[in-house]
Amino acid sequence: MSTEKGELSDLYQEVILEHSKAPRNYRKPESANQHAEGYNPLCGDRCTVYINMDGDAIRDIGFQGSGCAISRASASMMTQILKGKTKAEAAKLFEEFHDLVTGKEDAAETTDLGKLKVFSGVSKFPARVKCATLAWHTLQSALENKDKPTSTE
Amino acid sequence: MTAVAQPVVREPLPRTVVAGLDLEKIRADFPILAERIHGKSLVYLDNAATSQKPRVVLDAIAHYYEHLNANIHRGVHTLSVRATEAHDAARQTVRRFINAGDTREVIFVRGATEAINLVAQTYGRRHVGAGDEVLITAMEHHSNIVPWQILCEEKGAQLRVAPINDRGELRLDEFEKLIGPRTRLVAVTHVSNALGTVNPLREMIAMAHRRGVPVLVDGAQAVPHFVVDVQALDCDFYAFSGHKVYGPTGIGVLYGKAALLDAMPPYQGGGDMISSVTFAKTTYNVLPFKFEAGTPDIAGAIGLGAALDYIGGLGMGKIEAHERELLAYATEAVGAIPGVQLIGTASERVGVLSFVLDGVHPHDLGTILDREGIAIRTGHHCAQPVMERFGIPATARASFAVYNTREEVDALVKGIRAAREVFA
Repeated sequence: MSTEKGELSDLYQEVILEHSKAPRNYRKPESANQHAEGYNPLCGDRCTVYINMDGDAIRDIGFQGSGCAISRASASMMTQILKGKTKAEAAKLFEEFHDLVTGKEDAAETTDLGKLKVFSGVSKFPARVKCATLAWHTLQSALENKDKPTSTE
Repeated sequence: MTAVAQPVVREPLPRTVVAGLDLEKIRADFPILAERIHGKSLVYLDNAATSQKPRVVLDAIAHYYEHLNANIHRGVHTLSVRATEAHDAARQTVRRFINAGDTREVIFVRGATEAINLVAQTYGRRHVGAGDEVLITAMEHHSNIVPWQILCEEKGAQLRVAPINDRGELRLDEFEKLIGPRTRLVAVTHVSNALGTVNPLREMIAMAHRRGVPVLVDGAQAVPHFVVDVQALDCDFYAFSGHKVYGPTGIGVLYGKAALLDAMPPYQGGGDMISSVTFAKTTYNVLPFKFEAGTPDIAGAIGLGAALDYIGGLGMGKIEAHERELLAYATEAVGAIPGVQLIGTASERVGVLSFVLDGVHPHDLGTILDREGIAIRTGHHCAQPVMERFGIPATARASFAVYNTREEVDALVKGIRAAREVFA
């Protein structure tokens, strides 16, 4: 049925496919002074987020790991939007992103997410929310400079 | 008119009859197969995770609650007698199905996982000490790894792991070498859930027995697919789950040789597992009740009995022949798709086709197939060490049951090709 196909192409938007094939900031910045490892035990996806914090601001950010198209694209686009943001701004963006992918009402209209709104299609695929948020959970740990690996569980 | 006999025109056999099984009729026995998923016919290829249930199983459970429900082994009233008889009959059915010598050797548990934990916590705790070893293989499900890790950690014992080759087959020579003077138990899977490999159990068990070491077999992925004869195998323990063999969830079986079970301490304490209780001393009940504390899953056992009767009626030999043919067909068709790499290519394989697709993560493939109504498993299949052995985080796994058809394999192939297009 066309609506089903529609949902699938809502999930795998061109931008997402493109980022999954050629993720941005897929590297460990030499200046990185904080990092955290994330792990989704359900599917085995792994993600390490590296950040260079300059006071309260994210000066540089990169990631490495293995995962599905959704998790790679999410990590890639997350690193793009976060450069130069403060910790508080990053936390707010994560909250908005979480609302977006879990289908909270009006989430797509009221956010500062910009390009990241392409992930709104994830809300129709509850099994994939963890893929979309793995990098963000890991970022949260990196900001807190937690030693222990972050888990989506 | 001449007297020459006309050639007899035979109707072609309907395609649904495979290996002597009428697949159309069988499929009609499983109500859930009529479900529509995202507007498509359900193609259920996740049978290694859990199988679907035939109507007779659902009916047996409903019948129990509508006509027999009472607690067993207690009441003198009619319903309790009926429930006890039905529960006993289910145990008898299980005994026949795996050819155990006696119903005393058939213990109802929650599933294969509980069966293995039971042996680890009773036989294991009594016989495994500091410096001893438990031997498993590199293709075990987490349920046949973690209970032994817990035991070994508690006792200061060592968990040894027999390696597998690149095809996903056990290296039998290495396995034999690892059975040493400190080995107290061998715990191996009959069939790998992630790879489909069938282990050469008879040889393995003979090797262990020559050194006086008992063997526990995880049979969760074997019992649904071919005849299992615990006496012919001469295994000491055999564990399987009801829900993977067309029965309900929450019920499973531990088979154990009576002499071993008799000598083992109980697993859980409570009602039903005792013959007398005083505050000074409790005497335990006889087998199998010694290991069945509390009110059991009566409906589950009856449902499992109905499931085993159902597939026994179809014929395990026919089921095996049909599934082997289907797996061979799927292996060739999926293997021929550009970019597909099969994971697990053992010469003896049943039920499971595990693979990775170049450029498409298994999760994305799973989502795309789901939108076509096709259910497969994607991930590490609770066998992370197997994934590590092959250097991959996850696979896509199609797994088969008696009701699956070539047309469903064709749908899977079409779906995989469509997924490649999305990520091209």
